[in-house]
Amino acid sequence: MSNIRLTSILKLSLLSAVLAFTSNVFADPVKAAFVYIGPTGDHGWTFAHDQGAKYVKEQMGDDVVITTVESVAENSDSERTITSLARKNDIIFTTSFGYMNPTIKVAKRYPDVKFEHATGYMLADNVSVYSARFYEGRHVIGKLAGKMTKSNVIGYIASFPIPEVIRGINSAYLAAKSVNPDIQIKIVWVYTWYDPGKEADAANALIAQGADIIMQHTDSTAAMTVAEETEGVYAFGQASDMGEWGPTSQLTGIIDDWGPYYLARVQAVKDGTWASSDTFDGIAEGMVEFAPMANMPKGLGDWAERIVNGIGNGYIHPFTGPINKQDGSPWLAEGETPPDYPDLLTMDFYVEGIDSKYPN
Amino acid sequence: MNEGLLINIIIGISIASVPLIFAAIGELVVERSGVLNLGVEGMMIVGALLGFVVQFHTGSPFIAVLAALLGGMAIASIFAFLTQFLLTNQVATGLALTLFGLGFSAFVGRGYTEETIQLITSIHIPMLSDIPIIGPMLLSYNPLVYLAFFMVYLVWWFLFKTKQGLILRAIGDNHDAAHAIGHNVLRYRVMAILFGGAMAGIGGAFLSLVQVPIWGEDMTAGRGWIALGLVVFSSWQPFRVILGAIIFGGITILQLHAQGFDIRISAQYLSMLPYLATIIILVSLRMRAKNKTNRTMPNCLGRIFHSTT
Amino acid sequence: MIRLIPRIENSNAMIVLSPLLALTLTVITAYFIFVSILVDIEVSSVFYTLFVEPLTDSYYFSELLVKAAPLMVIALGLSIGFRAGVWNIGAEGQYVIGGIAGSAVGLYFYDVEGFWVLPLMAIAGILGGMFYASIAAFLKTKYQVNEILVTLMLTYVAVLFLSAMLQGPLRNPSGFNFPESRIFHDSALLPIIWEGTRVHIGLIIAILLSFVAWFGIKRHMSGMQIKITGSAPRAAKFAGFDDNKTVWFSLLISGGLAGLAGLFEAAGPAGQLTPGLPQFYGFTAIIVAFLARLHPLGILFSASLIALTYVGGENVQIDYDLPSSITQILQGMLLFYFLACDILIRYKIVLFKTIR
Repeated sequence: MSNIRLTSILKLSLLSAVLAFTSNVFADPVKAAFVYIGPTGDHGWTFAHDQGAKYVKEQMGDDVVITTVESVAENSDSERTITSLARKNDIIFTTSFGYMNPTIKVAKRYPDVKFEHATGYMLADNVSVYSARFYEGRHVIGKLAGKMTKSNVIGYIASFPIPEVIRGINSAYLAAKSVNPDIQIKIVWVYTWYDPGKEADAANALIAQGADIIMQHTDSTAAMTVAEETEGVYAFGQASDMGEWGPTSQLTGIIDDWGPYYLARVQAVKDGTWASSDTFDGIAEGMVEFAPMANMPKGLGDWAERIVNGIGNGYIHPFTGPINKQDGSPWLAEGETPPDYPDLLTMDFYVEGIDSKYPN
Repeated sequence: MNEGLLINIIIGISIASVPLIFAAIGELVVERSGVLNLGVEGMMIVGALLGFVVQFHTGSPFIAVLAALLGGMAIASIFAFLTQFLLTNQVATGLALTLFGLGFSAFVGRGYTEETIQLITSIHIPMLSDIPIIGPMLLSYNPLVYLAFFMVYLVWWFLFKTKQGLILRAIGDNHDAAHAIGHNVLRYRVMAILFGGAMAGIGGAFLSLVQVPIWGEDMTAGRGWIALGLVVFSSWQPFRVILGAIIFGGITILQLHAQGFDIRISAQYLSMLPYLATIIILVSLRMRAKNKTNRTMPNCLGRIFHSTT
Repeated sequence: MIRLIPRIENSNAMIVLSPLLALTLTVITAYFIFVSILVDIEVSSVFYTLFVEPLTDSYYFSELLVKAAPLMVIALGLSIGFRAGVWNIGAEGQYVIGGIAGSAVGLYFYDVEGFWVLPLMAIAGILGGMFYASIAAFLKTKYQVNEILVTLMLTYVAVLFLSAMLQGPLRNPSGFNFPESRIFHDSALLPIIWEGTRVHIGLIIAILLSFVAWFGIKRHMSGMQIKITGSAPRAAKFAGFDDNKTVWFSLLISGGLAGLAGLFEAAGPAGQLTPGLPQFYGFTAIIVAFLARLHPLGILFSASLIALTYVGGENVQIDYDLPSSITQILQGMLLFYFLACDILIRYKIVLFKTIR
């Protein structure tokens, strides 16, 4: 071996050593875990989170090790699952509001582990919360519903009367009404996130009562399959593109795109820059996206795209006054938009015009 | 309320009652023979799974229903073996069956949650199905619906119009006497249990093949337990099973409609109605039947038969 | 040819051996299941995680105890009823109502500290469960309506009622309108007996109750009455025991204990009232009671065994990505084998050689 080559090898080795030492705070792969409330096969809420997790793996390759646990019930048992994960992971995403108290409890015992709780409101030094402005998506589908309906009745399958669901109902209704003053909304509460049989029954009941557009805030594709079987009924995908179950009936779908957020958070752990945060992102930040516009006149699809952009650019806010509450009392003045807290985050009223009794 | 909505509601109720009718009529035969099988939920969910999986792979609804029927029978045979040959406690064994059935179906079905299948289509009788009102309401269902009602008739005919049915009922009322006369108590009971399993299997398959073309864990959602209630509700009389299933299925559907009509009772209390109604009707039946002896349960229901040979 | 010949008296050896045989058979079957579905995972490590780790790891062992306590309490109550032939299948409903009642008391006094709050909550829980079970008792004694059905239907009603309560009166006013109650204040939480874990005083109470039940059944007339009635209702009537009183007693006891377990869950591991209160403890306890052959002390062991499968099963789910349904299958199998092996106590297996 010549001297030059030996020197090169030595230089190369030294360089590599220095690079390896300084490049990452975490030389070992980051270990990230995800707790799901349902099966990834729901092709709805959990499926969307799992897509986000897969995106992280795709982007970070060997720098991350991902563990997922499905169908974790929202009860005191979840504390044990989260603890098990905390013992072996650096960051944990708990993807349903019912995990809130358990997440906080475990976070206290494992201060070095980072926790991200979806749709919750309790923060801590090592706990972030995150949610998406799904109501922006509801605004878009509400406007489409208003234009596409022939019977002027929208059927809404709702899960639990929590603020997120109420926001969605109100936003969809207001949007539909703004393009179609004759619109009526019928709401059925099924008190479950995932029950295909019940969701199908609810869809059928709504259709029987005249609805020709179905919206849902539940997790399965059941309602979409009912819409597909029924002549003249359209529906929207929830949390994911449900076009496969509704090739001739899905107009579009609200897609929860968690990937970029998850990547950013896991990367932050890797870089040592993670800090507790409260994220409430929407169309602008890419967290809320849409399935391709389908089964509608092309002009309508383009119009809907423009609305999406309008929200993304901040020109359109789904809740812009004047808006009154269901009991007639004023909520927003002309041109006024609400603050996130308390108006949006604790929303517990229907807006004026919705006939149904507010649950409890 | 327009007539279109009324027809829709009636169709919805009929569809909702079918799985209950199948499961209940099967269990009715089992209980008439003196056996209490609490594993109906487990057998139904296995039927739902097998029906879905076989339909997915073969595309043939006939084979799928057959698979569900056989699957229900297979899992019921475990119950039959344990309770009739090993003389185990029927309540415990039935519960174990439910548990096992739920776990087994969830386990095998976990690869199928993202799939969808072709639903069994409704029949269309030329001319007859097009008769306004009666057409859609009575004559345009898929074959399984008609099968359910036919099975009820068949069971009634078997129990009350055949010699074997008489023997089965006698076994249910007094297995020692029946044995003394020379009837094979075990054979009748095992056949009854297998029949119950087959019916529960078809009932479960109806859910995954007709109602919603997807598979989900626990998609039977307690219907097996409701079916058990319906058997008692029917006072072990086959045609009453239809009545009970329609009432129960009806209230479940109507509760959803009531929300759409904005009836001012919160959804949870409306959802309680089917269960409360079952209890109330049971009580009122008892109150009226206090002096009648032919409407009571089979005397030997749940009691273990000890052969003395 | 194999035949079953009744023994002259129950085999004592088999009383101990048959459960062990059942456990062994379950483990063997589980082994075969794992070997066939696990492609590149060591079956032995799965077994370790499933059956051994919950015993050796102190955190998981503590969680085993946390899960065993409510099972013990409910199973004790149920076993008394089962001996009498009173089938309280809806203990889950009584558990929920008891949990609601106890929590409501705790929430009512949410800004008041005092050592008396917790006992008051416990009493409310017991009374709530008792009241709910009394509906079935009333319907059975007055109208001969089957208690299996009534308690079962009422379970669904109870869960819906929980949802209604959490949506309304018991909801946390400053909780962003989520259907959860306030987090219980210190006086309303069960004292932890093992520092750093979730093991609370309910475990001690469960163990004490099992001894009380054991003595009760051994010594008192009512115990014997229940023993007799279960096996032959007619005989009991002739002996002068009151069938109706037995029904009431059985249902009130099992309802009260189930209600207490509900309070334990809310004031213990959960620390609040949430829609997640029902965890099928009421149904699992039935299995626990049967596995213990309705013996109060045996229940301590069978509850621990079932709790072991829950904790181990969950870890296997996390570590090896096996579905949670594995736990259900194992529990179902264990019960099947147990029931099957039970026959060896009363019967002998004899091989007859056919004589030509």
